[in-house]
Amino acid sequence: MTFLTYLISGLALGSVYAIIALGYTMVYGIAKMLNFAHGDIIMAGGYVAFYAFSKFGLPGYLCIILSIIFSTILGVIIERLAYKPLRAASSLSVLITAIGVSYFLQNAAQLMFGSDTKIFPAMLTDGSLKLFNGQLTISYLTIITIVTCIIIMVGLTTFINKTKIGKAMRACAEDKGAAQLMGINLNTTISITFAIGSGLAAIAAVLLCSTYPSLSPTLGSMPGIKAFTAAVFGGIGSIPGALLGGILLGIIENLTKAYISTQLSDAIVFTVLIVVLLIKPTGLLGKKENVKV
Amino acid sequence: MKKLLVVLLAMLCVLTLAGCSNGGSGNGGNNEPAGDGTVTVKLGGSGPLSGDAKVYGEAVRNAAQLAVDEINASDSKIKFDFKMEDDEADGEKAVSAYSTLFDWGMQVSLFTVTSGSGAAVAASYDEDGIFAITPSGSSTALVYTDSKNYPGNFQMCFTDPNQGVASADYMAANLADKKIAIIYKSDDVYSAGVYEKFVAEAAAKNLNVVYKDGAFTDDSSTDFSTQLTAAKDAGADLVFLPIYYQPASLILKQAKDMDYAPVFFGVDGMDGILTLEGFDTSLAEGLYLLTPFAADASDEATVHFVKAFQEKYGEVPNQFAADAYDCVYAIKQALENIDYKEGYATNGLCEDLAAQFTSMTFNGVTGENMTWAENGEVSKAPKAVVITNGVYVSAD
Repeated sequence: MTFLTYLISGLALGSVYAIIALGYTMVYGIAKMLNFAHGDIIMAGGYVAFYAFSKFGLPGYLCIILSIIFSTILGVIIERLAYKPLRAASSLSVLITAIGVSYFLQNAAQLMFGSDTKIFPAMLTDGSLKLFNGQLTISYLTIITIVTCIIIMVGLTTFINKTKIGKAMRACAEDKGAAQLMGINLNTTISITFAIGSGLAAIAAVLLCSTYPSLSPTLGSMPGIKAFTAAVFGGIGSIPGALLGGILLGIIENLTKAYISTQLSDAIVFTVLIVVLLIKPTGLLGKKENVKV
Repeated sequence: MKKLLVVLLAMLCVLTLAGCSNGGSGNGGNNEPAGDGTVTVKLGGSGPLSGDAKVYGEAVRNAAQLAVDEINASDSKIKFDFKMEDDEADGEKAVSAYSTLFDWGMQVSLFTVTSGSGAAVAASYDEDGIFAITPSGSSTALVYTDSKNYPGNFQMCFTDPNQGVASADYMAANLADKKIAIIYKSDDVYSAGVYEKFVAEAAAKNLNVVYKDGAFTDDSSTDFSTQLTAAKDAGADLVFLPIYYQPASLILKQAKDMDYAPVFFGVDGMDGILTLEGFDTSLAEGLYLLTPFAADASDEATVHFVKAFQEKYGEVPNQFAADAYDCVYAIKQALENIDYKEGYATNGLCEDLAAQFTSMTFNGVTGENMTWAENGEVSKAPKAVVITNGVYVSAD
């Protein structure tokens, strides 16, 4: 029964990683860049939800919607101001810019909200579900997290496969030049990608902050790195890969903590990543790319 | 345009500098002999009055100033001239603060507020023979090193290792039948120090520690579900948390979410949990914590101190303030005991005070019958408090 508890909390943690990893993987797939500021958009979303709830007393669902809107706009603005001018630049310049944006957001948050850790209020739900005569306790939040992750995955896959914009995104991922020749507006498509990724980051923010109710300017950095790892683990650029990578990472992390060592968990998680990449360099579900010379 | 900017910047610099020197001047103070048999002692000290840790420095300065004002207004023969320098909790700045104070003619010192600064100037105090007692620098590096004891350096607060020992002793005396789990922060000197001593003392006292691998680090300080599940699984009904209040607040929340309700037990780093913004204080109900000072204690000294502090500064004093207040009164008591007066041989002052401190007992707001060991560590009974209805209530 204890094993099941570990497994479920690992699943919940993995679901959050998966939602964040989607942002990394989509942006990478379409714009071929690593958006290291993604973790800090989570942080920004967290602060918006926090202030909307505790300072303006808005109801929980409104706070989440507000947070999603804000993060979406922030993501698009960042893309327009920082990344778009570098579209033709080398990938290294874009990478450095992304790191710069990440530090800018962290420090701006520190300046605006202070560096002290804030307690995130319970805006979603409190309480827990008891099963097997109370031997197994699952908080409602855990269930919400896992269900949200599934809904997002199904929704996103449908969106990518069925809608016109989704098709445009896939076309851009496949071949930018050809997509533009076919009349697809590359900039709009990339903006939409950033918007979706950032909106998902806000959802992840609320889930993350509700499960571990603390909020600080560096909130996003560690989950951001873990989610990025998950995206690479599953095969960067692949949406089902992000889900698989995230959930596996969460479960491995929790089980190592439980059965091997709480201090070595990160070391073991990253060792697993290295081993996977050695055996399958494109990640678990990554596609092999044939570079034509 | 660029030139204009440079000129503007230069002007700004000059203005800021002028502002600084304004604040610093006029604080000299002369040691004038008074004809009525009173003697003025120059009391120095440094602490963070700006920067991240300024809450601590200000608490110490305010409380020490309160004690000095009280003493100077009384009919005591010993009067104090108090000067506190800003060291921003930084070792290098503490060294220059020390030089400033030394040039000023400091005779007795409140040392430094933080451990890092104190470690940087501990040897200087020893070499120059100035008696120093820190209100809150809890590292042992302030009072001795592995190879050398600083005979004139003392502490008013518990050292980190002593808190571990005191916690285990308290549990052995009052909560002996509990099964104990420990969650601590392995990359933090404070937490790891308390943890190691606690484990050793718990073994010596035959406490039943069922889970002690609950370490976490700065990177993993949000998710405690595995540690709590393991503690619950091991049947622990007391969880010892030698950590600061911020991660502790998350542990309390997550324990509640998984329906795990053991007794939680913290040390002085837990102090402050009730004032954490947005914290649901009902989570801390029944939490034990070991602290030298409880502001709501009903003994006469504490009531007087809390009331005076509140009147003067408009806030409830914390343990840093209480320790500083005690430091000043302990110094006064020692000075009276050695019958310090005009013309006292200055070079023997440090040794005489050290001899007094190691032999006298002192009653203050942070404890009764305090004594000091040769190595400068204080011995006082820690007060255990239980949080009941959102306030500290003495546990016994």
